[in-house]
Amino acid sequence: MDIKAYIILSLALFTIGIVGVLVRRNAIIIFMCVELMLNAVNLLLVAFSKMHAMSGVAKASPYFASDAQVFVFFIMVVAAAEVSVGLAIIVMMYRNVHTVDVNFLNRLKN
Amino acid sequence: MNLTTLVFILLSVMAIGSAIMMISSKSPVHSVLWLIVVFFAISGHYILLNAQFLAIVNIIVYAGAIMVLFLFVVMLMNLNAETEPVKNYRLQLVGVITGGALLLVLVSAVMKIDVEQLVEMKVGDQGLIKVLGMNLFKNYVLPFEISSVLFLSAMIGAVVIGKKGETANQ
Repeated sequence: MDIKAYIILSLALFTIGIVGVLVRRNAIIIFMCVELMLNAVNLLLVAFSKMHAMSGVAKASPYFASDAQVFVFFIMVVAAAEVSVGLAIIVMMYRNVHTVDVNFLNRLKN
Repeated sequence: MNLTTLVFILLSVMAIGSAIMMISSKSPVHSVLWLIVVFFAISGHYILLNAQFLAIVNIIVYAGAIMVLFLFVVMLMNLNAETEPVKNYRLQLVGVITGGALLLVLVSAVMKIDVEQLVEMKVGDQGLIKVLGMNLFKNYVLPFEISSVLFLSAMIGAVVIGKKGETANQ
């Protein structure tokens, strides 16, 4: 499989995430779109890892080309921590203004 | 067209279609369920690339833990299609056009590359647990330990933020 197919697939998923952030007003959906963008980047990292394995550069090391998959593992770790804090913030926002509409968060505007 | 290409196209259509359904469905519960379908499709891509560890971790962590947390919060707030806030039509159109323009520019830039780089499918031991574990605990052991501190601070932060504000009033 050509690497361009994976790049275009990841770009499509990432753009769908951006469009979701732009068109939705529900804070939870916006947060889910951010997760979708993170996953698009993860998929691209794994594809590049396998592309590096195919090109055969640095085959001397036994762990060659597996660095990108370790990075994906760390991205998943950070995403899990981020989701716990972000959902706590959304729950607190719901408790204060009784909605998840992000348009209500305009107190810093004036 | 061989079987690998067929599976790739099937999983890609499943991922993109479910992502579009996620951002276009009215009910937040349906959005969460569509996003779980996207994560399963991405796990299928990982299996196709022989990244077995990441496929399993993606299902366990994302579809199993994170999305259940999302679903729990959505059901806790009792959100449904009636309470869903909607942007006005013109702003939605502007958002879609902006995203489409970005996708058009990026895809046209990618298509101009005339380097043929192939991706290794179905074989290779970079994604096996043994190789990843050796790499993680030999070369990346310090970031691994720091991530435990990150988890501890995230846990404390979630508890402090999510607590009711009686300490602030006293």
